[in-house]
Amino acid sequence: MKSVGTPIDRIDAKKKVTGTATYAADTDVTKVAHAVILTSTIAKGTITGMDLQTARHAPGVLAVLTHLDAPRVFTGKKAPGPGARILQLLQSDVVQYADQPIAVVVADTLERAQHAATQIAVRYAPEAAVATIEQALGSAYTSKAIVHGEPDSNRGNFDTGFGAAKFKLEATYQTPNENHNPMEPHATIAMWHGDELTVYDATQGIFGVRTRMSEIFGIPKDKIRVIDQFVGGGFGCKGTPWAHVALAAMAAKVVSRPVKLAITRPQMFTLVGHRPHTIQTIKIGCDAEGELTAIRHDVINETSRFDEFVEPSALQTRMLYACPNVITTHKVVKIDAPTPTFMRAPGESSGTFAIESAMDELAYMAKLDPLELRLRNYAVTDPQMAKSFSSKSLKQCYEAAAKKFGWAARKPAPRAMHDGHELVGYGMATATYPANQQPAAAKATAKPDGTFLVQAGTQDLGTGTYTVMTQLAADALEVPIDKVTFELGDSTLPETPVSGGSMTVGSVGPAVKAACEALKAKLAGTVDRSKDIVAEVKTEASKDKDLYSLHSFGAQLVEVRVDEDLGIIRVARVVSAFACGKILNPKTANNQFVGGIVWGIGMALQEDTVRDRRTGRIVTRDLADYHVPVHADIPQIDVISIDEKDDHVNAIGTKGIGEIGITGITASIANAVFHATGKRVRELPIRLDKLLG
Amino acid sequence: MNPFSYSRPATEQEAFAALAEPGASALAGGTTLVDLMRLEVMRPDKVVDLSALPYAKIETRASSIMLGALASNTDVAYHPDVVAKLPALADAIRSGASGQIRNMASVSGNLLQRTRCSYFRDPASPCNKRAPGSGCAALEGFTRMHAVVGTSNDCIAAHPSDMCVALAALDAVVHLKSKAGARTVKLVEFHTLPDDHPNIESVLQPGELVTAIEVPTTPLAAKSRYVKVRDRASYAFALASAAVALDVQDGTIKDARVALGGVGTKPWREALVEQALVGQPATQATFEAAAHQALAKADTRPDNAFKVPLARRVIVRTLGLVAGGAK
Repeated sequence: MKSVGTPIDRIDAKKKVTGTATYAADTDVTKVAHAVILTSTIAKGTITGMDLQTARHAPGVLAVLTHLDAPRVFTGKKAPGPGARILQLLQSDVVQYADQPIAVVVADTLERAQHAATQIAVRYAPEAAVATIEQALGSAYTSKAIVHGEPDSNRGNFDTGFGAAKFKLEATYQTPNENHNPMEPHATIAMWHGDELTVYDATQGIFGVRTRMSEIFGIPKDKIRVIDQFVGGGFGCKGTPWAHVALAAMAAKVVSRPVKLAITRPQMFTLVGHRPHTIQTIKIGCDAEGELTAIRHDVINETSRFDEFVEPSALQTRMLYACPNVITTHKVVKIDAPTPTFMRAPGESSGTFAIESAMDELAYMAKLDPLELRLRNYAVTDPQMAKSFSSKSLKQCYEAAAKKFGWAARKPAPRAMHDGHELVGYGMATATYPANQQPAAAKATAKPDGTFLVQAGTQDLGTGTYTVMTQLAADALEVPIDKVTFELGDSTLPETPVSGGSMTVGSVGPAVKAACEALKAKLAGTVDRSKDIVAEVKTEASKDKDLYSLHSFGAQLVEVRVDEDLGIIRVARVVSAFACGKILNPKTANNQFVGGIVWGIGMALQEDTVRDRRTGRIVTRDLADYHVPVHADIPQIDVISIDEKDDHVNAIGTKGIGEIGITGITASIANAVFHATGKRVRELPIRLDKLLG
Repeated sequence: MNPFSYSRPATEQEAFAALAEPGASALAGGTTLVDLMRLEVMRPDKVVDLSALPYAKIETRASSIMLGALASNTDVAYHPDVVAKLPALADAIRSGASGQIRNMASVSGNLLQRTRCSYFRDPASPCNKRAPGSGCAALEGFTRMHAVVGTSNDCIAAHPSDMCVALAALDAVVHLKSKAGARTVKLVEFHTLPDDHPNIESVLQPGELVTAIEVPTTPLAAKSRYVKVRDRASYAFALASAAVALDVQDGTIKDARVALGGVGTKPWREALVEQALVGQPATQATFEAAAHQALAKADTRPDNAFKVPLARRVIVRTLGLVAGGAK
């Protein structure tokens, strides 16, 4: 009996529910000391003095590290791109953003370290800081630090196409700074045995941490072991190692003891990256029949003074619709703020807000149903790459979601639907996310007792990696799942990519399958089963990868209710359909889809990291000021998963499901708000004051 | 967290003495104090735990309910007499914080809770409330959650309590006790405006304890309601809220109480709105005209100017609910 495709419970559910799952900071390490990071109060300038005596003599203090005496390490980049960040590791007196690390205090208890850190007086020579993108828009420039492609694209002739359009829209959309705030804040335990470093780290990529620590401390990778068996949510901020990981290792070296360093909730807003504020201008036009003649999507996002991150918000615009004339650009603006990073569907979440809002606006101009406008511009093949999609079932998604939702009952005009105090609005948008993959390795072992141990480095962010890998292994070995144990989260296991870009299953899954098949073949010729029999396989990304365009698609339909007098907005229901290749486990998959949609509701209506424009300090420093949805904000969410067979994408036919749920949903909500109220909100979040008056 | 000493007085007299000492802070549920101590915003030398004192009772009297200072917010909000006789108070408490916090938080702690001003809570920012004379970072800062009435040039921090808004509308009286004896203060006079001393927030004196809050159980109070507007469906502070009580006879408003939350530096009673209601027919037109009197002298900033029209609409909505008797 096949396990893949069945909704089995999470393998690790009992451990999590009973509190026995060991997260990085839970690891019981003998004689562990506790470190805290002291951060700058200014956003730009120089440290001119630090009074350290009181802190150094405070009870329990083992060390105070500052730029004056911290061990010298490498802080640059060995390779371009966003895989490694330039980090502030107490190497200089220069302050480049508010709440930058400026000292590390190590003590025998956490409370003593925290208290001693408050006893450090810091003197600065402050300089005027640029804290927000609006203050420096003129300095926008094109950065190459973009993942998946070039920063700019140009096909056909935009000017001709836009000039010929019957209906034209030009509008600017904005998404704010946002912070990931997983339930588990970042934490690291570092310890040295001679020149060997072991790190327990809350991370989405144990091998990335290993590489970065190797660079920073100048030691070979094989001297470093990184362990993380459970991750309490990642969402991108744990995709690359940040300063605290290296600072923990540095502190451990200085005090010759294991050191635990956990990031505080306020520090989660500055020390581990954020989704950058984007300003996106769209020009879009169509002919009398609603056929798109031209799209231009220009994106500007903030980045730090010392490093670059491009939020690739216009990538999907290149391939989403069959439009002959398309220009996209990405620019960044350097300001005195921390470096932004990947946050759930970086690019597609912020970018679909703009393009899918613009499509809705165009639909009203052309007097077409928003769904019909999308169908009239359906891209059968990828218009940018001029390739076939490996599979695409977006039409089926539109149809299934519209039917379940009852889209046909929508009255076209804004403000046409009421219920008591409430205006009712229906909105829709297209969701999309690329099917990413990278090489990965896995190892399968047949035990003499008839059980199997299957291993790969990889991570489980709470997404279900343990569960679906066990299912894949069991099927490949043709044994029940209770015969298989799957292990992950240790850099001594076979190497796998970062768990980001929704690519864990598409990368590690084929490796696990191949390793198990190799083991099975080996076992077929083996009589003596008294010893472990092992097969280890490394798989490359699909050989068809370059022949096809690989993307998932979906349709997000929402109903919102807006209190006409008070402006209170609530999402009343969501019906979504996604086509993401093969679904290994409908239960964990639904969990991912719904989680993405919930994130999208938060992004649409609530999330907003506010940076004080005068000081560069974060104003929304906790989860009371930085809102994410509570249960009462979340309505019934119906997710339809469209079966999709894809023989090209990879050996197991999956496309990734962790991020597509947050794409399209913000536009869908904004479009529903417009339908309900007649007010077009082009800046997220859509809070009630934008609807009053 | 700054090191501190801890004591748990067994008697009122011991508590009076302990709280009269410089650097002493009273601990009830701890939901404000411990939070702010962890942030280094409050740095008491001596924490005086009041939990041994006999103030946790909720007592129904002939014409009032006495809410013991140490009764939990949950106990008050779900007490059958409170629910039946003071519905606005029950609604208000239930709309605040979370179930877990309400289980810990006390009546007196809610009364004395500190502002949620983000600059107050960030020790790196100037704040006259936290560090007198250091300035106010909020005046020209991000002020979406800040007050629009009762403000001064030194502080615009909003009072965060929901409970106190209902108590202000319901003519509650605060019972205080110290070595010098007992006294009572009207709730609306208990909190002080920031003026040039935003670090002082109430008339409570060093060495003085809140023992109870007394709420009259009038026919008016029995028909009161509380409506709160916020940025998410629960677990958020008010953008604007209103507690309203009406006595309507034969279609005419005989008496009215209106108080606002989320907009003032203290729980904000709206006498002008009340006056505009009394003697008028209980109609939507009356409600809208009266609500227009609210926040007449508002001191708004670009981020929080929306609170004025919002609060007025909340008043209208709440008046409508009370007059319509809708549940």
